[in-house]
Parts: sequence; C-alpha cells; structure tokens
Amino acid sequence: MSSLTINKKSRRIIPGFHLSLGYTMLYVSLLVVLPLSMIFLQTMSLSWQEFWHIITDRRVVASYKISFGTALAAGLINALFGTIIAWVLVRYQFPFKRLIDGLVDLPFALPTAVAGIALTSLYAPKGWIGQFFDFKIAFTPLGIIIALTFIGLPFVVRTVQPVLQNIQVEVEEASASLGATRWQTIWKVIFPELIPAILTGFSLAFARALGEYGSVVFIAGNMPMKTEITPLLIMTKLEQYDYAGATAIAVVMLVTSFVLLFTINIIQWLANRRFVH
Amino acid sequence: MSIHIQNVSKKFGSFQALQDVSLHIQSGELVALLGPSGSGKTSLLRVIAGLETSDVGEILFDGQSMTERHPKERNVGFVFQHYALFRHMTVFDNVAYGLKVRPRKTRPPKAEIKNKVMELLQLVKLENFAERYPTQLSGGQRQRVALARALAVEPKVLLLDEPFGALDAKVRKELRRWLRKLHDDFHITSIFVTHDQEEALDVADRIVVMNNGKIEQIGSPDEVYTNPKSPFVYDFLGNVNLFKGRLHNGKLMHGEFSIDVPNTEAHTEDHAVGYVRPHDIQIEKTNIAGTVPAKVSHIHLLGPIVQIELRREDTEEFLEAELPKEQFINLQLAIGDHVFVKPKQLKVFIPEDFSI
Amino acid sequence: MEQSTFLQKSAPTATKSAALQEPRFVRYTLTAIALLFLSFFIVLPLVSIFAAAFQSGVDVYFAAITHPDALAAIKLTLIVVVIAVPLNAIFGVMAAWALTKFHFKGKNLLLTIVDLPFAVSPVIAGLIFILLFGAQGVFGDWLFANDIKIVFALPGIVLATVFVTLPFVARELIPLMQTQGTSEEEASISLGASGWKTFWYVTLPNIKWGLVYGLILCNARAIGEFGAVSVVSGHIRGMTNTMPLHIEILYNEYQFSAAFAVASIMSIFAIITLIIKDVVAWKSKSN
Repeated sequence: MSSLTINKKSRRIIPGFHLSLGYTMLYVSLLVVLPLSMIFLQTMSLSWQEFWHIITDRRVVASYKISFGTALAAGLINALFGTIIAWVLVRYQFPFKRLIDGLVDLPFALPTAVAGIALTSLYAPKGWIGQFFDFKIAFTPLGIIIALTFIGLPFVVRTVQPVLQNIQVEVEEASASLGATRWQTIWKVIFPELIPAILTGFSLAFARALGEYGSVVFIAGNMPMKTEITPLLIMTKLEQYDYAGATAIAVVMLVTSFVLLFTINIIQWLANRRFVH
Repeated sequence: MSIHIQNVSKKFGSFQALQDVSLHIQSGELVALLGPSGSGKTSLLRVIAGLETSDVGEILFDGQSMTERHPKERNVGFVFQHYALFRHMTVFDNVAYGLKVRPRKTRPPKAEIKNKVMELLQLVKLENFAERYPTQLSGGQRQRVALARALAVEPKVLLLDEPFGALDAKVRKELRRWLRKLHDDFHITSIFVTHDQEEALDVADRIVVMNNGKIEQIGSPDEVYTNPKSPFVYDFLGNVNLFKGRLHNGKLMHGEFSIDVPNTEAHTEDHAVGYVRPHDIQIEKTNIAGTVPAKVSHIHLLGPIVQIELRREDTEEFLEAELPKEQFINLQLAIGDHVFVKPKQLKVFIPEDFSI
Repeated sequence: MEQSTFLQKSAPTATKSAALQEPRFVRYTLTAIALLFLSFFIVLPLVSIFAAAFQSGVDVYFAAITHPDALAAIKLTLIVVVIAVPLNAIFGVMAAWALTKFHFKGKNLLLTIVDLPFAVSPVIAGLIFILLFGAQGVFGDWLFANDIKIVFALPGIVLATVFVTLPFVARELIPLMQTQGTSEEEASISLGASGWKTFWYVTLPNIKWGLVYGLILCNARAIGEFGAVSVVSGHIRGMTNTMPLHIEILYNEYQFSAAFAVASIMSIFAIITLIIKDVVAWKSKSN
C-alpha cells in the first residue's frame, strides 16, 4: 500500500479526498488485505517440501482437475449459449421477452444453496429432467458442470448484451451495401466486435466457477478422486482442523484466481485500446 | 472588480498548461481568452475561479490576493463549458441553488429567493420554463439557465468557459449579442474562453490571444486583427497569405516581385515572410511594377464578398483574395485568367524569431 | 404463406430488409435454443423449488417455515444483512468518491483490491477469518483470554458476509460516477455550497439509482451467502445457522419438503430482488 502517495502540492477543490481515501484504505486493509495476507502468512509456517507435498497429493491434484475441467466446460457452454441468448434478447422479438430477460439474472439473486438443491432434484436419476436420461447426471462431473453453468450464465449474457446493443445499424448496412451476405456480415463485422465481451464474460464465469461451492456440494456427490472439487477439499481439511493443509490448497486457488483476474484486466485493456484508439 | 494575474504557471504532469502568464483586467471589462485547444485558456480561467490552483503566481481581485482562497470565497460566477446543470433539479432549483445552500445566517428568506430567481429567469427570458428539467431544454436555453444560475449569487466576476461552443451557428450569434448587452447593462467584470476568433472579435472589449500556455498578444479586437504581433496571431485571427522573400533596403523581394516594407530599412534578412490578409490582395489585369503573375484557379461567388483562389505562376503557391462584388464585376475575372497580384498591405516576420 | 408464429409480432425486425435480417428458420432456431436453454437452467429449477416445497402439503410447508430453528435462521440472516449491507454501502460511496473524483498514484491498485473479494472462493473467504480469529488463529489466544467469540458466532458470520459482498456497491457506483465527471460538483462549489451540501444535493441525487441497484445486489448476496458463512458459522442450530445453512441441514437430513419450503422463501426474496432490480434499471434509464 506504500505506493499510494498523495500529491499535496495542489489543493483539491472537491472536498473529502483525505476522508474518503483514508476510509477506503482502512476498510480494505482491515477487511481484505490483512485477512487475505493471512493465507500467505500461514503458509510460511510450512516448509517448501511440506507445502509441495500437500498441494501435489493425489487427491488434491484430482480435485484441481475436476474443478478446472468442469469450470472450463461450464465457461465454454456459457460462452456459446450466453452469446446466443444475448443475441436473441437484443435482436428478436417474442412474447414475455422482458420477463425472460429479467430471469437471466436469477443466478445472481438466488442463494447458491437453493440453486444447488433445486438442480440436484431436477437432474437426479428420478428428477423431472434426470428421468429422461439413461445415464447419471447428478452426482457425476456432468452434474457439477450443470451447477457451474447455472452460476455463470448471467456473466456472458450481461457482458455481451450491451455491446451488441451498441453496434450501430449503419455498420451492418454498410457491410450489406458492400455486397456481404448476412452470414458474412455476422461473422466478419459483428462477431469480431463481440469477441472481447465474450472473452470477458467467459473469464468472469470461469473464475466464479473455479471457486464456487454452495451450488456444487449438493449435486456433486463429493466422491474423492471423482467428483470432489477443490473448495470442498479445503472445507474437508478445515473440518479435520488441518489448517495448514487447507491454507496450502487455498494458496494455489488464490494464485490461480489472481492470474485470472489479471488476464481479464489485460483482455479488457486490450479491447478498450482497440476501440478507443 | 479588477483582476491581476501575476506570473501564473501551472503544470499537469509533464504538460505545461500555463507558463508565466501575467494579465491585468480592469473593472467592468469584457475580455476574451482566445486560443486553440491546449493553449491554456481554460486552465487560466479555472485558476482565476479557484477550481485549479496555480503552481506559481498570484491572482489578485481588487488588489487582494485570492491565491489561497477557496472558490466559494472568491465570489465568482462560473459558467461551465457543458453548463454542468444539476440534471435532477428544475430550472428554478438550479438557479436558486447558490442562494439555498448558504449557511442559515446569510441565507435569504424563501420568498426573497423566489423573487430573485424569477427576476433572473425573466432576464434570461425563461420565466415560463421554471418547472422544466434541464433535459427538456434546448442548448441555448440551458446556456441561459447556466448564466442565470451563476448570476444568482451576485458575483463580482463572471467567468464563462466556451459559453457558445456547443450551440448551432444561429443561436450562437443571438446569444453573443445578448451576452454583450447583458454585460453593458450590468458591468460585471467578465472573462470568457473561446476558440472562435469571430466570437472574440464580435463580443469582447479586449482579446487575449493565447498559445502553448503563453499570452501571444493582448489588445482590442481591432488591434489584434489589424496589427497582429506574431505569425501565430495573424494565422489564428483569420485567413492569411504568405509571401516569402528577402528583406533588403526596406523592400521584400522575390524574383521580379518587390514591395516596400516600412520601418525595415535597417534590416537585411535572407529569409523573411510577409503576411497578407486576403482582402489586402490587389488584383490587376495588366502588369504593373512590383506584382506577381498568377492564374485564377477558383472563384467562390457567395454573398457580397467574392473569394478568389489564385495560383502564383512564379512559385506555384496558392493565394486567396477577397474582393467586394462590385470590384469583381468591374475586373471581369474568369477561371483560367492570367492576372497580376500585389499586396496592398503586409507585415513581415522573420522565421527565426517566430515559428508557427 | 404460413406465418402465424409469435415471431411475426416483431414489428421493427419485420420491416428490415433481408440483407439485415437472418433467414426466418435461423431466427426461430436461435430463439428456440435460447428459450430451451433458459428453461432447463433457470425456469425449471425455479418452478421445481415451489413444487417440492408443497409436495407434502401446505401443513408441512407452514410447519417447516414456522419451526423455531427456521425462525432463528431467518432472524440471524436478517441481523447479518442489516449490519453488513449498510457497512458496504457507506464503504461503496466513500470508495467511489475517492476513486472517481480525484487523481492519485496507486489508484488502479486500490481498484483491484476493492474488486478482489469477487475473485476469491467463498470457502477461502471463510478460511481467512478462521486463520485470524479461530482458536489457533493469530488473535485466537487473545480472544480466548478476553472471552470474545468471533468465529463460530455472529461477528464471524458478519465479517465473512461483509468480505464477500464488499465490492457490490462500489462496483456499481464507480463507473457511474466516472461518466458523470466532476463538473456538477465544481459548479455547486463555485456557487458557494459546502462539501457536505454538494454531496447531499448534487452527487447523491445523481447516483441514487446506482446506489439502490448496488444495495439490492449486495443484499441478495448477503442473504444467500453459503460457502463463506458455512466455514465460519460452526453450524450451531438455532444459534449460528443462517437460512442457507438451515436449508443444507434439512436437506442432508432428508427433510426435503422442509428444505424446499425454506428455499421457497429465499426464492421469493430472489424474485423480489429481480423485480426491484428491473424497476431500478428502468428508472435510472428513464432519468
């Protein structure tokens, strides 16, 4: 935090600089920076070998694979269907459109535990949807993907939608007047404009899915090596009072999340630079 | 109230917005700060208002230092470039704001505020719009609300940042006249910022031409237009033709062309540039001494003044001339005609001293 | 021609020329895909909650939601929300003010830190407070000696909730205040208003819908937070169980109808949230 220096030379006309900045810094220091730094501090108590041993344990590595794989799958599903949904919501008219548009935000508003039990009962072998499939969905990685898709859906729709809305009709008209087919216009003119938004939405959904816990624990079945996600493993270690183990795995997750956050920012920066010139 | 600006400098990061600017504005004057964008004119206005603090230098109102004073203690009315009207308040509330936010001791009673606001709205001819919101007004109406709002606190100084910048040409001209009249009625010391030379020439008592954070010239509109002190001012205040040549024995010469330049007998320069306004270009059909051969390349017949584009036959450079219609008809000019051109009046600058 | 389908209603799209419109069958297919996807992932889960809640009858439903443990959970959730949301609202306004009205070094770093809780798994959000205030935590001994309980008690639940919901209001206000700039505030101050009056009469009315929007999102997340609270609560029934935790316990005990009954209440909260959100979005747009 020492890099925050205040240029005292010029007086600020709008008041409240010191109060608001001081309050903000105190608040995030006490509630974000200090608590998060505990993770790294706690890990210091482990030797490198101990740390390495914990984070490369077979069961832990299996959980990374499951968490990463399912989050990636859910992110990709959302990137595809989220873009289609955004497209349909912006471009086409159909009954109850406004209601459906509003419902897209349900995953943001619905508690994850509620979503978890609802999805589990739907996709369980005897559930409304599960009964139509002759393979298991709930209690397999497929179930995890379903829960994570639910959680991440609004991210892609809500990042793509405004961009799509702001594309000027003239651009499409220009493309059409230059002889492009509708498909060429979509693929060569509209889609490239959407890519940064889709990527951002995908990254946000993916990042959220990596850490998601509430909705997944119910539908996953939580079998070690098969359907055990990393956050659940942290929880399990905590319940066994293995704080060092829980923290070591948390470090891996945190670093992954930070790298993701960083990537998202770079994507946005690149996208802005492209469009602002 | 008179304003003294003494040696003011201001930097934004590595950008020098103002560089040792000094200016004296007399009480009741209407002054235009004229310059291109980035010339420092808006920065200077904001420093006077106290919205920006200068790194160096002093601002004095009636001899009293304002440098350390907060904007609300300076008693200035500031009209913002995009008006900065409070968008959630009605026109009435916008104008009343400065009176309503006063501490209880100095706040006028409600009825008095109401009278005062209605008076001001009458002045800006918006008395029927009191209950409207800013978004329901046209650009010119918003501008007038902004002005009424600034006047409500009875400022001793009125500062306007590009007051007509966002308006269309017709409204702009109307408001210009109106501002001039308002100033003549109230005599508040006023400074406005503009990048439009026509606006500055039309409205102001005095014009301060700025460039690169420095003052280029201060003077009456006539002075800065007819007697620019630098090529920049020449160029910025209207169109100009350049005659390059050699300065010798009080004459500017180039090839066959030669013209007397008064008061330069003592100088000899190999590279001099003469600046000539289009209306100072004389066109002749016959060759007389000291003229340049040229060919008419384009004629704009529009209104009482005819613009003629010419191409010099010696240097291939383009010239622009303006003639009254009558004279144009007498000359019987047509595109492709070979003519002879001579500056009636010119001002010579030596490029080493002045780089545009 | 057969064109009685609902897509025919689309007045603006129907008038577009073929070059600016996809073929009809493409439009229908895409719309069908979108609606089907949303049905499977949004509509059906929502409907199933209410169906399951009333599966065993209205009596079971009301017994479940009036059970003392359920009422205690509702009460605890409300207490947590009432503390956490205003804290983050004040923070959000302060942070947005500092980050949008001024320029200073390290601004981007501070922005990133404000965003950080969004990037952290809820489980880790709980874990960090265990590491600070748990029995073996940094302040564990001191807290024990002074008989102060944070973890496995209300303060821990509040802290975890504050952490998880910290960015919501700030995130909503920062872009809004960024686009509004500072000229209205400058105008207010040049007209003689104090800083407080400027905030109250000029800034606040301009950001009010953004603030409400952020509050709603913050509120929804605070009510529903599961992972972080699960770690720090200790799952003491009737004491430290919030509504989501209560649902989990009921569900794990195979009291499905009761679990869904409590879930249905939370779903109603969620639907109300969506409605308010829609109204607010519409209001702020029309302003």
